[in-house]
Amino acid sequence: MTELSFHPRHVLRAFLRPIDPPLMLLLAALLGFAFLVMMSASPERLPSLQVNTLVALAAMWVAARLPPQRLLSLALPLYALGVLLLVAVDLFGETSKGATRWLNIGVTRIQPSEIMKIAMPLMLAWYFQQREGQIRLREFIVAGLLLVVPVGLIMIQPDLGTSLLVTAAGVYVIFFAGLSWKLIAPVVLIGVVGIGAIVGFGDHLCQPGVDWYGLREYQKHRVCTLLDPTQDPLGKGFHIIQSTIAIGSGGVLGKGWMDGTQTHLAFLPERHTDFIFSVLAEEFGLLGIVVLLVTYLLLILRGFAIAATAPTLASRLLAGAITMIFFTYAFVNMGMVSGILPVVGVPLPFISYGGTALVTLCLGIGILMSIQRSRLLAQA
Amino acid sequence: MMEFRTPDEELAGFRRRVLVAGLFVAVCFGLLAARFYYLQVLRYDYYHTRAEDNRIALLPMVPNRGTIADRNGVAVARNYAAYTLEITPSRVSDLEATIDALAQIVQIEPRDRRRFRKLLEESKNFESLPIRTRLTEEEVARFVARRYQFPGVEVQARLFRDYPFGELASHVIGYIGRINQRDQERIEETGVVANYRGSDYIGKSGLEMSYEAELHGITGAEQVEVNAGGRAVRQLSRTPAVTGNDLDLTLDIEMQKIAEAAFGNRRGALVAIEPATGGVLALVSKPTFDPNLFVDGISNEDWKSLNDSPDHPLVNRAIFSTYPPGSTFKPFMALAGLAAGKRTITQTIPDPGYFMFGGRRFMDDKIGGHGMVDLHKSIVVSCNTYYYQLANDLGIEGIANFMRPLGFGSRTGVDLNGEGEGVLPTPDWKRKRFRKKEHQKWFGGETISVGIGQGYNAYTPLQMANALAAVVNDGKMFRPHVVRHVVNPVTGERRLVEPEPVRQLALKPEHLAAVRQAMVDVNKAGTGARAFAGAPYSAGGKTGTAQVFSLRGQRYVEGRVIERLRDHSWFIAYAPADKPTIALAVLVENGGFGAQSAAPIARQVIDFHLLGKRREQPAGEDAAAVDEGDEEHAEHGAAAHEGAPDATLVPPAADPAGGQVQ
Repeated sequence: MTELSFHPRHVLRAFLRPIDPPLMLLLAALLGFAFLVMMSASPERLPSLQVNTLVALAAMWVAARLPPQRLLSLALPLYALGVLLLVAVDLFGETSKGATRWLNIGVTRIQPSEIMKIAMPLMLAWYFQQREGQIRLREFIVAGLLLVVPVGLIMIQPDLGTSLLVTAAGVYVIFFAGLSWKLIAPVVLIGVVGIGAIVGFGDHLCQPGVDWYGLREYQKHRVCTLLDPTQDPLGKGFHIIQSTIAIGSGGVLGKGWMDGTQTHLAFLPERHTDFIFSVLAEEFGLLGIVVLLVTYLLLILRGFAIAATAPTLASRLLAGAITMIFFTYAFVNMGMVSGILPVVGVPLPFISYGGTALVTLCLGIGILMSIQRSRLLAQA
Repeated sequence: MMEFRTPDEELAGFRRRVLVAGLFVAVCFGLLAARFYYLQVLRYDYYHTRAEDNRIALLPMVPNRGTIADRNGVAVARNYAAYTLEITPSRVSDLEATIDALAQIVQIEPRDRRRFRKLLEESKNFESLPIRTRLTEEEVARFVARRYQFPGVEVQARLFRDYPFGELASHVIGYIGRINQRDQERIEETGVVANYRGSDYIGKSGLEMSYEAELHGITGAEQVEVNAGGRAVRQLSRTPAVTGNDLDLTLDIEMQKIAEAAFGNRRGALVAIEPATGGVLALVSKPTFDPNLFVDGISNEDWKSLNDSPDHPLVNRAIFSTYPPGSTFKPFMALAGLAAGKRTITQTIPDPGYFMFGGRRFMDDKIGGHGMVDLHKSIVVSCNTYYYQLANDLGIEGIANFMRPLGFGSRTGVDLNGEGEGVLPTPDWKRKRFRKKEHQKWFGGETISVGIGQGYNAYTPLQMANALAAVVNDGKMFRPHVVRHVVNPVTGERRLVEPEPVRQLALKPEHLAAVRQAMVDVNKAGTGARAFAGAPYSAGGKTGTAQVFSLRGQRYVEGRVIERLRDHSWFIAYAPADKPTIALAVLVENGGFGAQSAAPIARQVIDFHLLGKRREQPAGEDAAAVDEGDEEHAEHGAAAHEGAPDATLVPPAADPAGGQVQ
């Protein structure tokens, strides 16, 4: 890199240098899936999917080229900007469908909560890096506060899906930073008991008039619909019912590409965004699902491998958290369309249509690549 | 709480946690895989079926309704195709505004709006309802050009029922109407729900109702693939509908026309039967109504005017309403006396002008009496005294036992719904009929009244005509029927409806001959002579007068009685006398004496039947008959007795129990 060379081979090598081949291969496989399914689910969106993909890949390339230290130096300003914008949203945001999530900045509307999905793990990783070697309870309390403030701001919009993902991102960093099992165990226990209670006493809790502290009526409704979709077969339950029909009727081999009746006769709702997995399941069957699950699994394994070998604490934490975020997206989305998790509006990573989410996810891939490259550089 | 750790220890700790995270990921993905295995392998059949149910819709294909034609093949109920403008209310947000806008393009009368509102109240959800029927080609074109402005509004080509003769024979033919809640329940009870998928109409009265199962046809089905919006995307399979069977009637619409015209504006009923088959040639109930009003859904004011009219045009007087037979009962009583051996054909009795029973006088119609009276004379001059005595000799059980096989007081089983039963009075009947103990006892005087066709006797005109048909058919009785054949319109196969006689009455030929001879002479020299003056054929008949109101001891003078309380006029007749091809019963409500208004109607119908003579105008009332007919009315007052319920002023047709007229 000392001397400039414009030989095409050198230009290409320079261009490809930041790219991690295994990650790129897996990403390409997922994006290939996205195009394949979109051609069936919503072919009119293919041109804008191409644009989104190019933008996202460019973002990934830029992130991959930046060394982790540069990325981490952006943590505090990005986090501060994010919190500021969230406050602005709560004060002057635009309301649509009962939720205030957007900020009109003249040219376009932006959704500041999306920034937090990257800013949160970056910020916490940076913070723990600063306190490296002296991470005690106090540090975890500070980290907890750094997490709670933006999540609270997102929750009052309200946006359950995003606040869940941002929380998860922060919790993963804290977990990887070494939070004592003595503290983790009770939380996990409470969670398990809580979910058990909801499933066990759902009938009573879902009675009209029973107030769920801290959750909006529509959020309660989502959980209740999950417990018993037949209660509301034409409203919220319709989505889950039609989605499980699509998945179940796909069988082992699927109905064939472009031949999904649930998809093509419009029984499947939101089939290009949150429910795109059901299209895949209907047309490619269990076989298609297994291929997808394996792809995700390999992506996660690669992410963990990068995290386990990353040279600094911050890059380890960041890589581990980002990998777990990919997993969370995938698990929550597949869980909700197949009726084992509430419908919380989480897209299927790299496949659901949606430019912002795709850019965010590819930025994550870019960061992983950047960390992988920094390890190679450190070894070199 | 956290000890200081070296970077190496920290790295090892981190890697352990990555391992834990990895296990967590594996567990979660395993959970998902299990869920997909469950959905796609274990429950595949269930979800496959659900998806197919989603995708495939069975669209009913409504069959064309069978048509109805009279005995000469003249259509009396048929179908025609027409365009209708239909609104699906669930797809229209502001109905009023939409209708107002439509009114700018096609003509929509206030009547149409009212009918639409009524249909809307009765409708099941999601169905489309007509706002206008019978659009002209031009209106269709105008609407189609602006269709995009009217989501939820469509022009449909539909088959409509048409009754070309309008009010003529409407009680027989009946009408169809839109299926309402009550019809729906009936459909469910009879287990034909599947066959009525998509059907909007059902027979509501007359033949349209009683032959609904034949006329409706078999609903076909089209299997189509539909999208989530319910719109058909492509056809998968198709079972065509089977058109309903046609009806070929015994009814002669031309005779019906003559008979209805003969009634003019008078209320009443006429039933004409072909004795050799039991086929109904004409069945009149006046006043009548236009069945076409019901087809598209009758408007409220039309319904009100029909339903609230004091003339009760919707009641089928010929088969539902019951009236005391008056003197038309006498020929049957004569047969009863002969059959029981209480009288011989030649036996005479003296008639002093009254009959004493229980210390009371039962008056004859002729003051001073008819002198010596035999069976023949008793019928020709309609002598009451003869039958007072005969009734007393037979006893009420004797009368009832003879009359029952003739069909008096029981339904004939005619192929029309809503037949009345009537009353063949017996002490047993009276015990059940009245609640109070003191009303339940049978009095001997009541038997005397029954003998001349008054008192508790109450029969439908159909029962009278059918009993007469059996008597003039040598005792062979048929179930009266209006439909001759049920015709399959595709194969042309004709199924005969009524080939078998229901019973053979045990009547001696010489007794029948005597009574028939007397009835022929009624029209030659007796009470029917004026009505049948100059007839080139020989016809048997008997006049009758049914009391509407008991004057309790006063003499009946027609001018003094308001019209609704005037007696009902009866006439039963058959022709030709030697080999009858028609037997009929005519009743004119409040028509006075039988000879006065009923007999001329019978004459016109028989003239048409035998001679083809058409006099499509009301039969004149024979004013002169009033003086001669006087003889029939002395029974008024005299027949009144203790224990009879007070006269009610309700016109007979309005009596839901079909009870007798006082």
